[in-house]
Amino acid sequence: MIPNQTTLPKKTGKVKFFTTLSMLLIIIVVSAIITDVDIWQLLTNLGQAGYILEQMSHPDWSYVSVVLGPLVETIRMAILGTAFGAILAFPFSLYVARNMESSKAVSGVLRFINNIIRTIPELLLAAVFVAVFGIGPFAGIIALAIFSFGMVTKLFFESIETIDEGPIEALKSSGANRLEIMRFGVIPQVISYYWNFVLFAFEINIRASTVLGYIGAGGIGIFLSRALKQVRYDRVAVIILIIFVVVLAIDYVSNKVREKLS
Amino acid sequence: MTLPKPPKGNRAKTIITILVVLAIFVWAFAGISFNGIKVTAWQTVQSIVEGFTHPDWGYVWTGEGEDLISLLVETLAIAILGTIMSSLLSIPFGFWAARSRGQRKIVSSSGKFVSSAIRTFPDIILALLFIKMVGPGSFAGILALGVGAIGMLAKFYSESIEAMDHGPSESVVAAGGNKGKVLFFATLPQLVPEFLSYTLYRFEIAVRYATILGLVGAGGIGTPLIFALNARAWDRVGIILLGIIVMVTVIDIISGKLRQRLV
Repeated sequence: MIPNQTTLPKKTGKVKFFTTLSMLLIIIVVSAIITDVDIWQLLTNLGQAGYILEQMSHPDWSYVSVVLGPLVETIRMAILGTAFGAILAFPFSLYVARNMESSKAVSGVLRFINNIIRTIPELLLAAVFVAVFGIGPFAGIIALAIFSFGMVTKLFFESIETIDEGPIEALKSSGANRLEIMRFGVIPQVISYYWNFVLFAFEINIRASTVLGYIGAGGIGIFLSRALKQVRYDRVAVIILIIFVVVLAIDYVSNKVREKLS
Repeated sequence: MTLPKPPKGNRAKTIITILVVLAIFVWAFAGISFNGIKVTAWQTVQSIVEGFTHPDWGYVWTGEGEDLISLLVETLAIAILGTIMSSLLSIPFGFWAARSRGQRKIVSSSGKFVSSAIRTFPDIILALLFIKMVGPGSFAGILALGVGAIGMLAKFYSESIEAMDHGPSESVVAAGGNKGKVLFFATLPQLVPEFLSYTLYRFEIAVRYATILGLVGAGGIGTPLIFALNARAWDRVGIILLGIIVMVTVIDIISGKLRQRLV
């Protein structure tokens, strides 16, 4: 946005406006045809929606004790996945950042691999790893680790690229080697960013890990899938509420830690 | 320019932090059972590599509508409609959550609470609920994306409404413009580019989500992927993942260029 804008914004040409609008309309209509959008179906099924919501409004509180164990497993998965991904991301980012005098070719290839990793959603990774390692939390942890690795690396190496070069030059001129430059010139400048990104990845991983179980990758999701299959919406409601509370609590804790860090 | 001070005095604090982090880590590690890992994992990895290096090119286009390209187009269509739906739904939510002059704080904070509550919800759970309502298929996916994105878009929208410059609207009022004129000549010209930029950003995320909706039966490329995974057809898994990577990358590039032109 332009601050203190005193002139009225320029009018866009009518022709351009209407071509854009009609293109958008065509895209919408074509997409609606491809995906068989049926508003009528939604309206006729409103009764079903009402039934589901009605059932969900009487949560089966006794189910809480059943899902508490898997819930803890979910949190553990998110912690381990984030930790493994973040530990790997640290040296990796230091290597691929453009101002770190690494081999251009190697870091280019590594950045390309990282870009590819980041295009694949967590749940897809988890689905693949379930097929490889079998049903259980291990597949989920690996998927979360790879996802966190991709995300933390991307954010972290970009912030390394924006650091102040002064300390590095000072260290260089006093004869420091590469490791010493990293330790005293680079890391002190970026370490707080790193923890921030790790916390951010952890928040996303908590959300993601709650549904990983649905495809067999461990945690509370398997109970969600079970309750939905048994058409026990009172139990579905309990699981959703618990996920909601946990996500809010983790976000709160992580914000507190973040305030401490800065 | 000074070198960062060497840590002094807070060494005890550092040690305690490290111990706490380690304790959490050990606690997490101890509770996971690694029994379920298949002994055949290594062979599986070998066949995956085999399949990925020889993708099933025949699946790219068969002309029957059940091939890679048709399903990627369907995935894209789900993401487009979901994003458009959520951008329309988010406008009222955005204005609700935005703190504006001469308004009680309770209004905007309740709006902020609702949008953050929606944000907490994993989209997949929404998809599962919509499948129960409208049956499996793309439509459930669109509805899930459309409702799920409100949380994020409403937050962005309300932030740009709060940051809006009041100069232009005051000028319109000073020149004798009514509320409609203020909206069309002062408010909208400022907000529309920002809203569009955020919507495009959300579209990039929606494309990624749309690829996984099929895993739970909400249409798109995820459906054949889960079938191929269950059938251990690694050459097909390979070509589908390749297709997803290419599509997401292309969309990111196009959308990034569009966003640069907007702002």
